[in-house]
Amino acid sequence: MRRVAIIGVGDTEFGELWDYSFRDIGIQAGLAAVADANITADKIDALYVGNMSAGRFIEQEHIGALIADYSGLARDHVPATRVEAAGASGGLALRQGFLAVASGLHDIVVVGGAEKMTDVSDVESAMIQSSAADQEWETVLGATFPALHALIAHRHMHQHGTTREQLADVAVKNHKNGSLNPKAQFQREITRETVMSSPLVSSPLRVFDCAPSSDGAAAVVLCPLEAAKKYTEMPIEIIGTGQASDSLSLHDRKDICTMEATRVAAKRAFEMANLTQKDVDVAEVHDNFTISEILAIEDLGFFKKGEGGRATEAGLTSLTGEVAVNSSGGLKARGDPIGATGLAQAVEIVAQLRGKADKRQVKDATVGLTHNVGGTGATVVVHLFRRG
Amino acid sequence: MKVGIVSYGAYVPRYRITPEEIGKVWGVDGKSMSKGLMINCKSVPSPDEDTITIAVEAARNMMKRCEVDPQDIGALYVGSESHPYAVKPSGTIVAEAIEASPHLTVADYEFACKAGTAAIQTCMGLVGSGMVKYGVAIGADTSQGAPGDALEYSASAGGAAFLIGAEKMIATIDRTYSYTTDTPDFWRREGEMYPRHGGRFTGEPAYFKHVLNGAKGLMERTGSTAKDYTYAVFHQPNGKFPTRVAKQLGFTDPQIKTGLLAPLIGNTYSGAVPLGLSAILDEAKAGDRIFAVAYGSGAGSDAFDIHVTDEIEKYARHKAPTIKELNTNLKFLDYAIYAKFRGKIILGSE
Amino acid sequence: MATEPRFWRENPSRYNLVGIKCNSCGRHFFPPRAICPVCHRKSVGKIERIKLKGEGKIFSLTEVQEGPEELSMQKPYVVAMVEMEEGVRVTGQVIDCEACDLRIGTPVRVTLRKLSDEGPSGVIHYGYKFVPVKEKAP
Repeated sequence: MRRVAIIGVGDTEFGELWDYSFRDIGIQAGLAAVADANITADKIDALYVGNMSAGRFIEQEHIGALIADYSGLARDHVPATRVEAAGASGGLALRQGFLAVASGLHDIVVVGGAEKMTDVSDVESAMIQSSAADQEWETVLGATFPALHALIAHRHMHQHGTTREQLADVAVKNHKNGSLNPKAQFQREITRETVMSSPLVSSPLRVFDCAPSSDGAAAVVLCPLEAAKKYTEMPIEIIGTGQASDSLSLHDRKDICTMEATRVAAKRAFEMANLTQKDVDVAEVHDNFTISEILAIEDLGFFKKGEGGRATEAGLTSLTGEVAVNSSGGLKARGDPIGATGLAQAVEIVAQLRGKADKRQVKDATVGLTHNVGGTGATVVVHLFRRG
Repeated sequence: MKVGIVSYGAYVPRYRITPEEIGKVWGVDGKSMSKGLMINCKSVPSPDEDTITIAVEAARNMMKRCEVDPQDIGALYVGSESHPYAVKPSGTIVAEAIEASPHLTVADYEFACKAGTAAIQTCMGLVGSGMVKYGVAIGADTSQGAPGDALEYSASAGGAAFLIGAEKMIATIDRTYSYTTDTPDFWRREGEMYPRHGGRFTGEPAYFKHVLNGAKGLMERTGSTAKDYTYAVFHQPNGKFPTRVAKQLGFTDPQIKTGLLAPLIGNTYSGAVPLGLSAILDEAKAGDRIFAVAYGSGAGSDAFDIHVTDEIEKYARHKAPTIKELNTNLKFLDYAIYAKFRGKIILGSE
Repeated sequence: MATEPRFWRENPSRYNLVGIKCNSCGRHFFPPRAICPVCHRKSVGKIERIKLKGEGKIFSLTEVQEGPEELSMQKPYVVAMVEMEEGVRVTGQVIDCEACDLRIGTPVRVTLRKLSDEGPSGVIHYGYKFVPVKEKAP
């Protein structure tokens, strides 16, 4: 397998983008990435698009063809593939793009992710998001997507003594980071009080424990490492990729306080990269709910099982901590346009490793990690990155 | 061949509301309504309950108490005036839920408050003729009273199920007699949410005429009088009517006390006599004799002469809740929540 | 969106908690599956449809404040993951109780209730919910 690098990145701001359609945001991010990579359209060999549910959000399927068309690539019949794995759609698209280049089949590949979530009502959006869970045996029985994460939170508090305050600390940290990110959906710092007095969504989770619905897109341009210096002075190599599945429903997991798929995907990525957790300086993890970040930092191996809450409370995951988690603001503050998230995570890591993260720059960031989850942990994709 | 009750099961929702609480909203002295009707509170179904869920719970309780293979059930009837569907029988869902499908006949019954007892009579015929081994008869309702109407103080929810057979009966039904006329005392037109009634016309010419004739007809045919019975239960739209009719027939307060549930749960319509009978069977002993007369507006009465057998001593009654147990862990509602639960609030549309 | 066949097909499991037992390893699964995820193809021909007893204990729970349209009359409502006697876990609502009286470990039993309907003229969907087990009267 060839070594693969990212030579360009691009993203839109995330939020309620009333003036922009799905097509608008998809193209915006792609154009920015291609410009950043200093390439022309005729160089693009393939396109991968991560998107969870355009069919229900905007009644449009066949997203690969749509993006290829509106980015001007359909005229040259560039192959375009839509990748879906609920919340992990973006990360999985990145992996597919990586495999296409690593295998030698394609050279320059654009991987993007986009989601337009605000063209439907809140109620509708919640219903669509819950299709990431087990529709027939969780959703139909009344378990919403937040409720499933609340079941995890409650059990984690019961089994490991995680506190309500520690959950809040995840949101506080991520909002602090978000306030330093001009593209974040929320750029306002908050306190523990903000979180704990916000309206209940599903006990113990409150509004500020949950990532928002967002519109947005992000994209990267991949290229074989050996050719990367032609396009950029600072290629960022994807040194490891790992993917794992687990039961669709939460109730079929061995231990609901552990996302086994995260552990396995991480193991696979670290083995491929020949690195360990200690080597990681900065990590973008899937914090669609505060409890999800706590599980993530445990299951990725940064902290022992059960210690995630305490580690967060102690500031070990801040910009200056042992490992800077969610420097972008995470899904919570940066926003979570579902299919775009996995790519937005990669865009942040690239910025950090290039030293271009401005006010939220992690000192001497050399190795980065992204962690992208589908459903309540049924699909997890982990990538490791290093300055080329 | 003798036929009778092999098993029974009951269910009443746990929510209650008092006439006082209802009266507050309509500017009516609820306390004196309560006294006049002899109803302390009535049962209210939760938004996720309906006649079908009530019938299922009652039927499952009935099955828990016996060892009958549900595949031996040859017929199942649900009598109600609040079937969730106007077309699509409640009975098919109940049959699936107790695993009696598919080799049985099913139909839904309607005859105001006596649809459940009409189902008992049908099952008696099917079993007695040898056409089926076991039949299930259920009376269940989640009846509605129009807001502000007198019936709002009493219309409630509940149901009971009876397994009718000819083997191992805990009580035999030795005789049944019905008295039926066309009498428009209380009715509900197709598509209407609330029933209407003839006010005082529902008394003498309706309830009393049919219950008395039904009772007397049964007594004549069985050569019995009130003193021959241990227990008596009558249709109970409130606590007053059955108390008065019992007196007229010569029954004493101790005889009717056990089966008189209206004061605690209101008028469960098709569930009324079935639940009253369940309460009696909850404590009846071998050799006891039960006199039961159900009444359905429209109008008609079904009267039953029931003899409790020795089998009741071995009966696994404890495997499902008794009426007394169903009347615990209650939650009292205010009118606002009651109106929300009963769909009396006009909601926005999509 | 009309969904009659999709719901009808699952009624045995929704009404009666019908799952499967793999007679190759003895494990129970709910809902039914074509093959055992542990025994894989060794389980072909050894899958037995079996009804769960309906008794279990709360493994985790939450009180849902923001829920779907069909549960708007009942919010907040409780959702729990219940560990059934047979070892499988089932997700469902816990009803007829106050959320504050429930704990991890509270014993529950299954009952049938309305899950939703397809509007005032549509089909009604019934399925399992859980009630706390009443302590037996002395």
